[in-house]
Order: sequence, then structure tokens, then C-alpha cells
Amino acid sequence: MDFNDIDLRIMRATQAGLPLVAEPYQQLSAQLNLPVDIIMARLREMQNSGVIRRIGAVPNHYRLGYVFNGMSVWNVPDAQIDALGQQVGKLPFVSHCYHRPRHLPDWHYNLFAMVHGRTQDEVNVQIAQIAQVLGGNNLGNDVLYSTRILKKTGFRSGL
Amino acid sequence: MAKNVFEPAYDSIDAQLINFLQEGFPICESPYQQVATQLGLSENEVLTRLQTLLDDGIISRFGPLYHAERMGGALTLAAIKVPPEQFEQVTEIVNAFAQVAHNYARNHELNMWFVLATETQQALEQTLVDIELQTGLRVYNMPKLNEYFVGLKLEA
Repeated sequence: MDFNDIDLRIMRATQAGLPLVAEPYQQLSAQLNLPVDIIMARLREMQNSGVIRRIGAVPNHYRLGYVFNGMSVWNVPDAQIDALGQQVGKLPFVSHCYHRPRHLPDWHYNLFAMVHGRTQDEVNVQIAQIAQVLGGNNLGNDVLYSTRILKKTGFRSGL
Repeated sequence: MAKNVFEPAYDSIDAQLINFLQEGFPICESPYQQVATQLGLSENEVLTRLQTLLDDGIISRFGPLYHAERMGGALTLAAIKVPPEQFEQVTEIVNAFAQVAHNYARNHELNMWFVLATETQQALEQTLVDIELQTGLRVYNMPKLNEYFVGLKLEA
């Protein structure tokens, strides 16, 4: 049995979402003509290997009232970034938190944290809270706000 | 009512449900029933609320969240310093690439930020080169090196 082919079929069938019926995996099984045990086993395996980050809901920040969305960027020591990133990622208002490369001398920020608030003040408080978590490891920071959406496709990545 | 006051169209049970579902969803015969039991709701209420949240666009998606990179695909965030007088022209060039999924103007010297998604790493690198050639501007490639969290907790 070719798992790659099965996984691809499961991915395509669930890209738009999981069926909202009492037995969603059973419905996928009927749709794909595959035993339900195989579907559940492959989903578990894809989750364990990290191909699936998780099965869950993706909130729409704007529709939730979080209309102030800032990309906060931080310069922290590389040696500490994983520990600091975990701490920042745990803050409830941080939706995405990543380590990204610097581009010296133009760009020296290596930690990105997307923050979301209902007001600008709320976002300012959040930035201050991140700064507090980073303490002396904060070697500089900035916040970039989107001023215009230039393109937005249906592509969903969680990035 | 002041126009900057936003009244969210969801209640505290919805917020609990959204938070709960960001932690993960069971893989078993009747997963919605399992979620319902844990939240003290009926299975039907969970299904109805989820459908309404999706219909209202409060959640944009419900289901497996795939890691594009681990499926063999490639993804990156990239930025360009666009001279203001060239902004519209460069926007047209960049947006014309089908590989550009999202593109945002941001208030920084690096004033254009876009997400590229391709089927392979090689295609990604080629697209970055093509954008540089067509715009004549340097593209700052910022792929994620590590991911610490993706999700958002609501006040329930």
C-alpha cells in the first residue's frame, strides 16, 4: 500500500476542512472509498510526523474584533532564541511566533511574533509584555503594521 | 455607538469552543461528541456552533492544518524595500507571480512583505531570483528557521 498516495488523497479531501457531521472520518471513508481505520491511522501518523500541525480551528482575527494586528520583531541572542521563542509563543495574544534569519546590516531582527488587539493601546501593552518576558535579551525591537493588503489568495498555511 | 467599537458576533461558549479546538481535535469515531462531553455541551450544539462560526467567517477553517514544508512544498516570507514612486509598479510585478499567496504593504523601510508558496524548494529559490530580476530590487528572504506557536487564545 502506498501511504504517499493515500495521504495525498486525504489531504485533498480535507484541505477545505473536516466534514461537520457526527462521524466525519466515516464520511471521508465513504468519500475516498478507504477503510475508516486506515483514514484515522494515517491522520494520526501525519500528526505524529508533523505533516499535520494539528486538527483544529483557525480563527479569523479581524472577524473576532482583533483589528489591530502588529508584526513585532525582536533582536535576541541566537543562543537563547529557542527558549525565548517558547516563552513569547505562550503569551495568549501571540498568534504566530517564529525564528527567522537576520540580514545584516539592514535587518537585525530574528524573532517574529504576530500580536492582535482590539485597540492600538491594547497592542502597545502587549508589546511591553513581550519586552518584559525578553528582559535583558531584548537587543532592539520594532513593530510593523500592515497599511494595505496588496494580495490575498485563499491559500492557508498558518504561516 | 462610536464607530471604532467592534462588537464580536460570538459568545463565551464560542470562545471556549474555539480555544479548545486550537488545542487539537480527537481522531475517533465520534469526535464532536467527545469535544461536546468535555465542554458540557451536546454534540448537536457543537456542530451547529461550528457551522455558524464558519458561515460568519469567525473561524476561517476547521480541519487538519497541514505543514506545507513537510509535504514537500516550500514556503517563505520575503520583503522588499520598494522606492515609494515605484510602489504600484512593483506591486503589479510581484502580485503577477502565482506563487505569491499574500502580499502586504507595511510601515517600514522594508515596505512590502509577501508569502511565497511553491511545490519545491528549488522552485522557491527560482521565484525569488525571478522577482529580483523583474523588479530590479533586492528580495530579503526570511524563511522560518523554527516555529514556536501558531494559534490565538480568546478571552472566554
